[in-house]
Amino acid sequence: MEDKKRLEEFEARIQRGEKIEPKDWMPERYRKQLIRMISQHAHSEVVGMLPEGNWITRAPSLRRKLVLLAKVQDEAGHGLYLYSAAETLGVDRQELIEQLLEGKAKYSNIFNYPTLTWADIGVIGWLVDGAAIVNQTMLAKSSYGPYSRAMIRICKEENFHKRQGYEIVATMAKGTPEQKKMVQDAVNRWWWPSLMMFGPHDTDSPNSGELLRWKVKTKTNDELRQRFVNLTVPQAHAVGLTIPDPDLKYNPETGNWEFGEIDWDEFWRVIKGDGPCNRERMRARRKAHEEGAWVREAAAAYAAKHGMKSRVA
Amino acid sequence: MNHKTKAENEATDTQWPLWEVFVQEKQGAPHEHAGSVHAPDAEIALQNARDVYARRGRLLSIWVVPSAAITATTPSDDGPFFDPGNDKIYRHPQFYKVPRGVKMF
Repeated sequence: MEDKKRLEEFEARIQRGEKIEPKDWMPERYRKQLIRMISQHAHSEVVGMLPEGNWITRAPSLRRKLVLLAKVQDEAGHGLYLYSAAETLGVDRQELIEQLLEGKAKYSNIFNYPTLTWADIGVIGWLVDGAAIVNQTMLAKSSYGPYSRAMIRICKEENFHKRQGYEIVATMAKGTPEQKKMVQDAVNRWWWPSLMMFGPHDTDSPNSGELLRWKVKTKTNDELRQRFVNLTVPQAHAVGLTIPDPDLKYNPETGNWEFGEIDWDEFWRVIKGDGPCNRERMRARRKAHEEGAWVREAAAAYAAKHGMKSRVA
Repeated sequence: MNHKTKAENEATDTQWPLWEVFVQEKQGAPHEHAGSVHAPDAEIALQNARDVYARRGRLLSIWVVPSAAITATTPSDDGPFFDPGNDKIYRHPQFYKVPRGVKMF
């Protein structure tokens, strides 16, 4: 009975648009759903460093290299903001990272695709970060205070990611025929996986109803996907690139760019671990974690030696 | 699943303490809570806070405070604890009437 009353009060607060803070009462389901969402999001930021990190040493100019380094460093920072938000729900970062390294945690499917050419770096910034911004702008209004604040911080930084990507794309699109071909090929490979980033159709999304009712999310997968397509198609046309979808057409009545059906078999196959790079990503992540061990050990040893005064148990 | 070395297990068996990070964005502005970092000591906490929360430069100052050292009100304090401040409308200037046409400030 007590819980029922608390739940009513909780839902009334959400309806009034109040933010829920870590110490506030919340239903266990809300806590669990948030831990699931925020940790998957954090893992995605961290794993997302890998496909782009792959090109740092081969960036075509010093400027591009500096930018790519800064972007990959941002992704690490975004992972940390999000782990920090997840920890306010009573879960340890350590625990979450263990789950990732042991292959038990999910992260965004998109990072299981390979970055084959330099054009992929441009297209990732433009499409993948562009899709992420659409999603994260919505999540910045999330009912959970720490998640919402982390998202606001991230959105401010992601805009640079998208613009630098689009700059690479635009530059290549007006370059030599080979460059133009290379960037069109990258668009062809990344377009559909980018649309898949928004998740299954609303009708096949088991968590959506609850998340919307509790305003963890404020828009559905399909709404966000449509918004992304509407924003992106004109950007492609502006630089003379084609979207690889024969069914794509503008509907002047709704103002929407209508698009063809996503290959959901591919979507589920990659989620279940059979994407082009799932194993490679986890191998690289574990290797990085192991190779960073000496840094963590040195920091701990230094703190033990010098920091006893400032250290809190 | 043994992807950790023995030494690493020792280094990370217990999670490093959590520090709350407060940042000042403008001269004269208050420090505001930005988030948290894990670090073995205060010095590394400051460095981590800089790397995580000040990548765009614009900060003037950072504080790190051991999370365990913060005492905070709880949501159930909402009523009684803050009551003394809520029922004294005479602490607000709007409570007072001023003759028409007089400019106060």
